[in-house]
Amino acid sequence: MSPLKIKKGSTSHSAYDLRPSYSDTVERHTLAVLVENEPGVLARVIGLFAGRGYNIESLTVAEVDHQGHRSRITIVTTGTPQIIIQIKAQLGRIIDVHKVNDLTVEGPSVERELGLFKVAGKGEHRVEALRLADIFRANVVDSTLESFVFEITGTPEKIDAFADLMRPLGLQEVARTGVAALSRGAV
Amino acid sequence: MSKTMTGAKMVVQALIDQGVDVVFGYPGGAVLPIYDELFQQEKIKHVLVRHEQAAVHAAEGYARSTGKPGVALVTSGPGATNAVTGLTDALMDSIPIIVLTGQVPTFMIGSDAFQEADTVGITRPCTKHNWLVKDTEKLSATLHEAFHVALSGRPGPVLIDIPKDVQFATGTYTEARQVETHYNPQVKGDLAMITELAKAMETAKRPVFYTGGGVINSGTAASQLLRELVAATGFPITSTLMGLGAYPASGDNWLGMLGMHGLYEANMAMHDCDLMINIGARFDDRITGRIDAFSPRSKKAHIDIDASSINKVVHADFPILGDVAHVLEDLLNVWKARGRKTNTEGLAKWWGQIKEWRAVDCLKFTQQGKIIKPQYALERLEALTKKHDRYICTEVGQHQMWAAQYLGFEDPNRWMTSGGLGTMGYGFPASIGVQMAHPDALVINVAGEASWLMNMQELGTAMQYRLPVKQFILNNERLGMVRQWQELLHGERYSSSWSESLPDFVKLAEAFGAKGILCSDPDTLDDAIMEMLTHKGPVLFDCLVEKHENCFPMIPSGKPHNEMLLGDASTKDAIQAGGAVLV
Repeated sequence: MSPLKIKKGSTSHSAYDLRPSYSDTVERHTLAVLVENEPGVLARVIGLFAGRGYNIESLTVAEVDHQGHRSRITIVTTGTPQIIIQIKAQLGRIIDVHKVNDLTVEGPSVERELGLFKVAGKGEHRVEALRLADIFRANVVDSTLESFVFEITGTPEKIDAFADLMRPLGLQEVARTGVAALSRGAV
Repeated sequence: MSKTMTGAKMVVQALIDQGVDVVFGYPGGAVLPIYDELFQQEKIKHVLVRHEQAAVHAAEGYARSTGKPGVALVTSGPGATNAVTGLTDALMDSIPIIVLTGQVPTFMIGSDAFQEADTVGITRPCTKHNWLVKDTEKLSATLHEAFHVALSGRPGPVLIDIPKDVQFATGTYTEARQVETHYNPQVKGDLAMITELAKAMETAKRPVFYTGGGVINSGTAASQLLRELVAATGFPITSTLMGLGAYPASGDNWLGMLGMHGLYEANMAMHDCDLMINIGARFDDRITGRIDAFSPRSKKAHIDIDASSINKVVHADFPILGDVAHVLEDLLNVWKARGRKTNTEGLAKWWGQIKEWRAVDCLKFTQQGKIIKPQYALERLEALTKKHDRYICTEVGQHQMWAAQYLGFEDPNRWMTSGGLGTMGYGFPASIGVQMAHPDALVINVAGEASWLMNMQELGTAMQYRLPVKQFILNNERLGMVRQWQELLHGERYSSSWSESLPDFVKLAEAFGAKGILCSDPDTLDDAIMEMLTHKGPVLFDCLVEKHENCFPMIPSGKPHNEMLLGDASTKDAIQAGGAVLV
């Protein structure tokens, strides 16, 4: 037995200051979560992330099987390997969740995002915006004499790059959908 | 063959079909149709509590002591919000309960109607699952599914919110067997990993079983298999607070409870072991102490039905996902088939070491003088009641830890306590739930005076239903555990930890028509306890104990297992000296 000497009145040791010493490399993972399309299911998923302090970088959700009443939630999250494993296990506990796939580790996958960009300008800026949009294969979905709305799809990185280029050319508003992802090859 | 009935009738019918015989509840506007149906039948008893929180704790007590789900029925708004503490408690301790709440009519939801609350929103994080049923056609299927969810996998509380118009409307009743569910957690463990564990058990020099509430939740077969496994291998076994009784306290291999206020030998064995076999426990922070110094030299096996518990805080070398009973059965079979081998030489040495730790006798205390030591009160309670058909509940605090240390539990489902959430006010209503399930048994709630006052109104319930629950209050006129922490960690500044203006408990009991007993003298303690036991009705036992007794052993937070504080009970000055008793 090694006796412990606590000085009376010394500062408190919080019961909750018990940090584990796991690897702290933060990884980015894309999770595909197939859920029962019930009211409140999105709140359960988001509540889990908020309540346990996990990150959400992007989140998309839509019904993918009307007959089967299934929705697919694609979540891009970050955390240490330990946290990522916990997130998947915690998602798996939700009764409405049918399946959790980690697209980042389960083989190659494709990720796409859609962005809408409103760019306003005149003269050279306007021409340059249109030229760059062409290079990025963005479509013009609305135009006035002073503005365009571009529609672009691609990886989040491609959309980031497009945003960087548009900014000096009169970028006014951006709307992005967040990532949708599928594994490559047949199921 | 389809049956048409109102939603309210479906609720009662589904409860009957699920084998429910008692419901704890409190009526209100939004559940009146269900109460009307309850009134017109005789299969289900209804226990009217005095506060909705108590209904949920009573349901927990019922569930924990029977292995069956407990049911509570409360109204909308405040009825539902009062149930939140009980739901959270049940979630933390994995207790299967079904809470039915009334809701304002569907067409008024969202209008801030009278007694409206977003019940499914409020209870989403404190239930295993919950439902708002907006269509009577779906009500009975949802009720059956709720029982399935509450009981399957890692058990937990579920809630069904039923708007009043859904209770009035008629629909088709669906039988339980017609309900399809996709929720079927895996119960069988991976045989390859079980075999790996069996191999490790054959060579381990210093093995220890570390068991938890999962063994109790898995059912009596799990406890039986555990006992067989322990007897066959000869390994020492310790348990968390929630797992007490799975292995008998009188068993040869029992080390006692582990954790923050666990026994010296149990914690030292955890720290020094080379193979830790966690069965249905979850490496709670009250168990592990400082994580990076937790049992540094051991390989760890973790058997759990909840995948999120495995590798959550402690890395498992042998992770086994499955139900305890199923896994233990396979483990026993594999280990036997491989030749029932253990490292006998290593084990003999290990037991020699454990014997030395046991010799420290960490629970020793000296009762002298005219003031009752709380430990002595529990030692006498144990001696005078252990031969009874006995169920013990507790509140939360020092008395809870002393009860875990000084009372012996021989069987599962005999020990009801709030472990994870640490809910003061849990024990009294839980004892009511236990007594409803076991009318002829001796049900004792070991309490502190502060915790007990949190749900004291339930004395009315105990009287109304003639439930002879014994409230054994260790009255130190302090919030004892708070005071202990203030003494050890906050410079003896006793901020709001005095129980001021306490009632006269004997008169309080008498005001409800119950019996009150006051005892302050160690010499009359036995007689007083006997008086409590022989009285046929509820008893409020006010046991005045040493005011500044500390609960030892204690692992201070943030410290490893081998740095326990042992109170030196042999020191004559221990009572007065407070913190100076630290070794």
